[in-house]
Amino acid sequence: MTGIVGYGAYVPRYRIKVEEIAAQWGKDPDTIKNGLLVQEKTVPGMDEDTITISVQAAKYAVQRARIDPQEIGAVYIGSESHPYAVKPSGTVLIDALDIGPDVHVADYEFACKAGTEAMYVAYSLVKAGEMKYAMGIGADTSQGAPGDALEFTASAGGSAFIMGSEKVVVEIEATYSYTTDTADFWRRELRMYPKHGGRFTGEPAYFRHVLGAGRGIMERAGLEAGDFAYAVFHMPNGKFPMKAGRTLGFEKEQIEPGWVVPLMGNTYSGSSPTGFVATLDIAKPGDRILLVSFGSGAGSDAFVFRVTEEIEAVRDLAPSFKSLLEENRIYLNYGEYAKFRGKILMND
Amino acid sequence: MREVAILGVGMTRFGELWEMSLRNMFAEAALAAIDDAGVDHIDSMYVGSMSSGLFVHQEHIAAMLADYLGVAGIPSTRVESACASGGLAVRHALFEVASGASDIVLAGGVEKMTDGADATDALASAADQEYEAFHGITFPGLYAFIANAHMEKYGTTREQLADVAVKNHDHGSMNPRAQFPFKLTRETVMNSTMVAEPLRLLDCSPVTDGAAAVIVASMDVAQKMDRPIVKVIASGAATGAIAMHSRKDPTTIPAVGLAAERAFKQADLTPEKIDVAEVHDCFTIAELVVTEEMGFVELGKSGEAVSAGETRLGGRIPINTSGGLKSKGHPVGASGTAQIIEVVEQLRGDIGERQVEGARIGLTQNMGGSGASCVVHILEGVS
Repeated sequence: MTGIVGYGAYVPRYRIKVEEIAAQWGKDPDTIKNGLLVQEKTVPGMDEDTITISVQAAKYAVQRARIDPQEIGAVYIGSESHPYAVKPSGTVLIDALDIGPDVHVADYEFACKAGTEAMYVAYSLVKAGEMKYAMGIGADTSQGAPGDALEFTASAGGSAFIMGSEKVVVEIEATYSYTTDTADFWRRELRMYPKHGGRFTGEPAYFRHVLGAGRGIMERAGLEAGDFAYAVFHMPNGKFPMKAGRTLGFEKEQIEPGWVVPLMGNTYSGSSPTGFVATLDIAKPGDRILLVSFGSGAGSDAFVFRVTEEIEAVRDLAPSFKSLLEENRIYLNYGEYAKFRGKILMND
Repeated sequence: MREVAILGVGMTRFGELWEMSLRNMFAEAALAAIDDAGVDHIDSMYVGSMSSGLFVHQEHIAAMLADYLGVAGIPSTRVESACASGGLAVRHALFEVASGASDIVLAGGVEKMTDGADATDALASAADQEYEAFHGITFPGLYAFIANAHMEKYGTTREQLADVAVKNHDHGSMNPRAQFPFKLTRETVMNSTMVAEPLRLLDCSPVTDGAAAVIVASMDVAQKMDRPIVKVIASGAATGAIAMHSRKDPTTIPAVGLAAERAFKQADLTPEKIDVAEVHDCFTIAELVVTEEMGFVELGKSGEAVSAGETRLGGRIPINTSGGLKSKGHPVGASGTAQIIEVVEQLRGDIGERQVEGARIGLTQNMGGSGASCVVHILEGVS
């Protein structure tokens, strides 16, 4: 069976707390924390971006896959913060990892769903027998406009997955996508910050698609919530994924291990893929894991994963996600954060 | 002028109606009212909407909705008085029928608030733009002034404000069309997010989509129809100073007192005779003030009255059995018409769980902005 042969996640060391951002704008931090269920978020360093994050995650994935990167036949990075509007992120990565030139590269976008798209296409190529290994990555350093609600959650991080058919660490048992034309959140070319439809981003957007994909894949695969060890959903805030999971019949205990948003924030295309990697820190052979992403515009990609015995051999070949999320954190004040994120008007 | 009746009523449910547009909602309400009345035509129509222009960029809705309803050709008029648009639309339909100019007139209101507009900004246009809104005041802020003044002058408490929300949610939990059909506790209200001190999130009516419509007919037409009839026995309207700073006493809303006085005089009634009332609780403090303005309680005593249960279902004067604007929702232009629908259904005796036993006379009070306009109707159950 085709599946994941290597995986890795990366978040930067810098953090900013909700209190710090709230104080900046005169908002009540407790109201924000209780409303979003987020305490702090990751912040990319001044020399980090979607490409550097993807590269680090990919390196961890190669370490766990124990393959020669030259054997990777395709590299796809999904993001809504590719550093260039025209110039692929993926080509920088292949150079950094010594992949290619016999390689297919494409960048993906679909708001926060771009990572799982990259994963799906990589998986499909290997499944079709087109190549031995293909890599799909979801990574982002998205921004929230100053003073906007999104500023509390938009963060940086990403995960990489190498798909193959031998010594598979996590089998892919089923895939399903649910997509409609729903304009809940968008960013025009040349604009720095996105716009969104307020409460329209809830029921008609996130929940319609996440539940549509979740129900769809479980129906097609003939599975129920009880058949899974863990369920991971796109995490724009702490509440939505919990509500979606409970609605689909999952218990808190199944959702919590992948629910990394309270400390990570929303890493957009990296969100659900990274929550999934967090569950691999602790998953046991035989565990089934549901992954449902969500991208505004809108759509959800769903996967049913099944962990194999191989996980024991590869888990410790790269840092655990928990260690990256919780150790060596450097806290910034708002001024430092604004500088790092390029929000200050310089006299260029 | 001849006697007038409400022959039919219809409304959408109130809430975030993502799947419905302004025209869909109005059509649903209007067709339901026409159906309920059993009439086969309407002579003209009145549409209340505070700001279809700011919310969905559509003006000229009187004509647009006549067209969309399939009755293009009849006269149609838009009535605007901020949050009093829906009540005022019905008032004008009453005049058209009472005068003999028409026999059957549709009157209703609609507001589509969730289509991406900045609702706070649009709503603020009901205040004095040059002297209030331009300087940053919003509606919660204006009503917070009133609340602070009322608390200082009369000792009205934070708990009493909360009790208005609790009561209205108790009622609203029995209303299948309500936006928030669930109960609240005092603690939940008092711990909700601060919006404009002392008003918290749960002191404020929500942003809502919805439409409501009634069929106004002459009594002769109504009597031929073999349908329940509710007579409109009074319509009183008034205006007041638009800016808070122009008012002598911010604990009062004179337009409300004036409109009510005119209505009671026209009907030859006093507040004690009212069996059930729907009032404009855009904020919890608003319900307290208007209850005093209309003479249901003494000035300054409305807080005690609500906490003592006098204005809840089963109490001395049940107010807002629908759940009020707070629990039922407040699609601005539609609210005034929806109040009339609640009272009509109470007086028909078929409203179900929230029936006020033996209700025969009902009152509606609908006001715009911080009270610069107000319309009060008194209705009597006939059949």
